[in-house]
Amino acid sequence: MSKKILIGVVSAIALSTMLVAGCSGTSSITIGGSTTVQPLSEAWSESFDSDIEISVQGGGSSAGVKGAAEGTLDIGAASREMKSSEEDEYPNLIVHHVAADGVAVVVHPSSDVSDLTLEEIRDIFAAGSNDDWTVINREEGSGTREVYEDIVMDDIEVAPNAEFLPSNGAVKEKVANTENAIGYISLGYVDESVKAVKVDGVVCTEENVVNGSYPVMRYLNYITDGEPEGVVKEYIDYCLSAAGQQIAADEGYIKLG
Amino acid sequence: MMSRYAIDRWSSRVVLAFGVTSFVVLVVIAAFIFRESLPALQEVGLFRILFGTDWYPSNDKFGILTMVVGSIVVTIVSLGIAVPLSLGAAVLLAEVAPPRVRALVRPAVELLVGIPSVVFGLVGMVALAPLIADISGKGSGSSVLAASIVLAVMVLPTITSISEDAIRALPRTYKEGALALGATHWQTIWRVLVPAARRGIMAGAILGTGRAIGETMAMVMVIGNSPIFPTGLFSTARTLTGNIAVEIAAAVGIHQSVLYVTGLVLFVLVMIINSASLLAYKRRAD
Repeated sequence: MSKKILIGVVSAIALSTMLVAGCSGTSSITIGGSTTVQPLSEAWSESFDSDIEISVQGGGSSAGVKGAAEGTLDIGAASREMKSSEEDEYPNLIVHHVAADGVAVVVHPSSDVSDLTLEEIRDIFAAGSNDDWTVINREEGSGTREVYEDIVMDDIEVAPNAEFLPSNGAVKEKVANTENAIGYISLGYVDESVKAVKVDGVVCTEENVVNGSYPVMRYLNYITDGEPEGVVKEYIDYCLSAAGQQIAADEGYIKLG
Repeated sequence: MMSRYAIDRWSSRVVLAFGVTSFVVLVVIAAFIFRESLPALQEVGLFRILFGTDWYPSNDKFGILTMVVGSIVVTIVSLGIAVPLSLGAAVLLAEVAPPRVRALVRPAVELLVGIPSVVFGLVGMVALAPLIADISGKGSGSSVLAASIVLAVMVLPTITSISEDAIRALPRTYKEGALALGATHWQTIWRVLVPAARRGIMAGAILGTGRAIGETMAMVMVIGNSPIFPTGLFSTARTLTGNIAVEIAAAVGIHQSVLYVTGLVLFVLVMIINSASLLAYKRRAD
């Protein structure tokens, strides 16, 4: 007799857990991937409908694409476009541009270097760390690194003796604390603890990225598996609204025009 | 009566099941790592991965020899720091210290075990690395030296407590005999007790080696993660564990499979260390 009651109780608990889990699937959103997009997602999720629980994680752009495709993330964040290999592997993924961003080349605030050409920057990163420079690179799979390699490095490899750090924040921290360091971070992370150098004479500001004079620009993307529905759609629509884009600008990123 | 027999029978079966479970888990993990490694082993080849010196996955360069060397160098340097310190601490705790000092030092050493490795890494990153940058006069301080010091502190408690136990476990007659022959306390410790306890001290050092080579988080934070052969104590390097931790989240396809090969190499390395320690232990015991 008592065994039957026990089974009843256990299955009741199991059933209610499943029901709760089922419901929360429609009122919570999991976002993960690029650490460039992460602060922006956090800002949006704070000002979005407070009934909906949004969890924001990092992991890198490639992890964002993978997570969206495998269903572990409702929205995958990527600070680069999808690679053709990813498009082949996950044909159902849809890319939504949600903001734009510049990649700033940063040095220690006390450095006397403030103006470099693209070619000089490329040479410094290709030569790697030496007595003059401590070169800070990002890990394989970072969207920022991919954009940087594409536009600045022009397929020349960064020297392997550079330090490899796994996020925008870690690179900024390292550059801020190392006198001869040079690294690259998203424009949204730039503050007074590091100095963004002029590239080909152009300062990395929102204005210069928008008008195209600053050369290292990319879109920030949300990736969904198929067309977004329900709260995910509401959330992305909110990000693209005037209010959402204003938040992007306030966070140091660039509004979509 | 029956129930007592039943308890005996069942309890031995339950214990057997636990023992078998841990063995099965090991086999399953090994099989899983091997299966995930297969694509890389077939496409890139073990030789090119193990003896390749260039790591640049986006250009299909998958050599991990620099990291094998990195892991081994950091482990050796950290043991070079940790073993003398631990031995000193063990002698202090077992022989020299008055009970009141011992009551203070021993828990302190044991508490070190409970500190998460990410905290050690953080302290290494914000306190130790800038100091090393000042001393070396260049770079950011991320270096083999920083990593080895952090690692040494982490393995210190393991080696200390095992060595202390080994010294304490010696028969009283060793000490009494040495003192009766006219040896000083100091001579007794270094000529009689420590040599007699060397098997236990070795065991502690080898356990420390196992922990050192497997440590990940703190290493990623202080070693710089450059896939190059370390050229000195102030050089950056990358460890096998760090390679997996930094890149697995973003790796796809062959790149991901090569990271599993990295794990496989680590697995084999740890097995070699453990077997060597077993052999050393056995030979001494005979």
